Amino acid sequence: MSQAFTKEMARNIFYGGTAFFFLLFVALTFDTHLELPKRDNRQVLDPSTELGQKIAQGKMLWEENNCLGCHTLLGEGAYYAPELGNVYVRFNNSKDAIKGFIKSRPADGVPGRRSMPQFNFSDEELDAIAEFLKYASGIDTADWPPNVQG
Amino acid sequence: MKYESQRVAMPYFVAAIVLFVAQILFGLIMGLQYVVGDFLFPEIPFNVARMVHTNTLIVWLLMGFMGAAYYLIPEECETELHSPKLALIMFWVFFVAAGLTVAGYLLVPYARLAEMTGNAIWPTMGREFLEQPTITKIGIVVVALAFLYNLGMTVLKGRKTVVSLVLMMGLIGLAVFFLFAFYNPTNLVKDKFWWWWTVHLWVEGVWELILGSILAFVLIKVTGVDREIIEKWLYIIIAMVLITGIIGTGHHYYWIGTPEYWQWWGSIFSALEPIPFFMMTVFAFNMVNKRRRNHPNKAATLWALGCAVMAFLGAGVWGFLHTLAPVNYYTHGTQITAAHGHLAFYGAYVMIVLAIISYAVPILRGREANGEKAQVIEMWSFWLMTVSMVFLTLFLTAAGILQVYLQRYSDTPLAFMATQDKIELFYWLRFLAGVIFLGGLVAYVYSFFVPGEKKASDMGPVEKRAADTDGSPAAASA
Repeated sequence: MSQAFTKEMARNIFYGGTAFFFLLFVALTFDTHLELPKRDNRQVLDPSTELGQKIAQGKMLWEENNCLGCHTLLGEGAYYAPELGNVYVRFNNSKDAIKGFIKSRPADGVPGRRSMPQFNFSDEELDAIAEFLKYASGIDTADWPPNVQG
Repeated sequence: MKYESQRVAMPYFVAAIVLFVAQILFGLIMGLQYVVGDFLFPEIPFNVARMVHTNTLIVWLLMGFMGAAYYLIPEECETELHSPKLALIMFWVFFVAAGLTVAGYLLVPYARLAEMTGNAIWPTMGREFLEQPTITKIGIVVVALAFLYNLGMTVLKGRKTVVSLVLMMGLIGLAVFFLFAFYNPTNLVKDKFWWWWTVHLWVEGVWELILGSILAFVLIKVTGVDREIIEKWLYIIIAMVLITGIIGTGHHYYWIGTPEYWQWWGSIFSALEPIPFFMMTVFAFNMVNKRRRNHPNKAATLWALGCAVMAFLGAGVWGFLHTLAPVNYYTHGTQITAAHGHLAFYGAYVMIVLAIISYAVPILRGREANGEKAQVIEMWSFWLMTVSMVFLTLFLTAAGILQVYLQRYSDTPLAFMATQDKIELFYWLRFLAGVIFLGGLVAYVYSFFVPGEKKASDMGPVEKRAADTDGSPAAASA
């Protein structure tokens, strides 16, 4: 680089640019949190309701069984198993279909094929997971995924 | 080796390589599970193998960064490390904690691990890359604080250089942004939004400061180019990293329930993210071309150049490929993402850690460079790993394009598993590329056991004259 462009100038661009764009990012973050109530389906999360508690339990079960280690949820996670952000819609808006699928997994898998483990959830836990996935399907994701297959 | 305390870097480097081997073995398990679905089922289900694969990667890169810092900071600051003892204690704390966590993943079901470690008290587990039990996360914070204290005290008492300053900023940022791993609300959108403050601001933010400073250090050492020039480049590269990369976080906020203006912010700024990587490539080649010495460690120079090129390809080009919102609408969460992830991590972070190891370990073992034979084997491992990773990425990209078409783009979209069956061929090819990568890794590990060293008498006059150059103008003209 030419001598007219000094190290001090480069340093100032670094500090100035970083500070400016970080502050801009913080401002956008703030605005995002003002916008979220319109999009994130939070009305079902109220912890004083039975539904809200159930969804919280469902999310905990989702996490404590590392579902994201195979599946994606809103496109994030692993790519080994189907997207689940819209699974409620794909299963014809049926919680029972979701519960039935999770319950039906063979403990020893399927020869030669990928198969979800058998987690031996109780009926109450299955319902919590299904409610959590139903809640996820209600988030406004700007029309993603492109179709119901996820 | 100029300072005795630089020795503490050694266990960090050894542990990094051990965990690297573990990471690749579990990668191969997963690669096989993609095509032989019941492989090791139900003993090691895919999600467990994946946790081990990604978590060992993160830990060994952190080990590599820490080793690099312990090697580099005393030399840059021209003083002994504040406390070598603390560095060694923290090494064992970190290594044992990592080992116990991986053992926990493998020996008990994840839900049981969550119960045993009291996840219900402060739930942070079960999120991608942050699967560690909360207690492990707290351990990481403790190790990071002790590490930063140790380095910080060293920097304060010694010479302040741009390289050490940038490295410290990167490492402090690493610790600060990790704290968002402790925030896990029930609201999924908020959870995901803040999760990226750790994940994106690490790998497309502060980690690049660490990468830049290590690269600058290695280039100063192997080329003998004036420090002023290298530091100017470093500043301008990291300036572009953060100017593009901070708002570039927006490319993760397209489809997770966040406002749609992020499609504009994310697309525009992340389209610029390849620029600093391109500059890094130009920088590395320029410095090597302008070298004032021919350092006998050719392997280290090769890793440094390779890192710049592959980071540009993996992070820059493969990132750009799917970062624009209208494209990402189709590619989000497919094998395209996996392709990019593999080449970006390999090019940017694996290769920079291997570059500093390649440069520093011979010196820590009491020689300026390894012997000819060891270097040739190391360079073979470079090409084997790099070329196989390029092919692995190409196969995943092909799989991803087909997946996008069959499952999301065609008029008659197929279900996920039906699509997976149709692209099986590319998963087999990916597995094959992985096997060759393992071959490269075996050669890499073997290169450390090849005896012989390059003696000073083997060096040419140019090399001898510049052997003690540390890149400062005074030393170079002496």
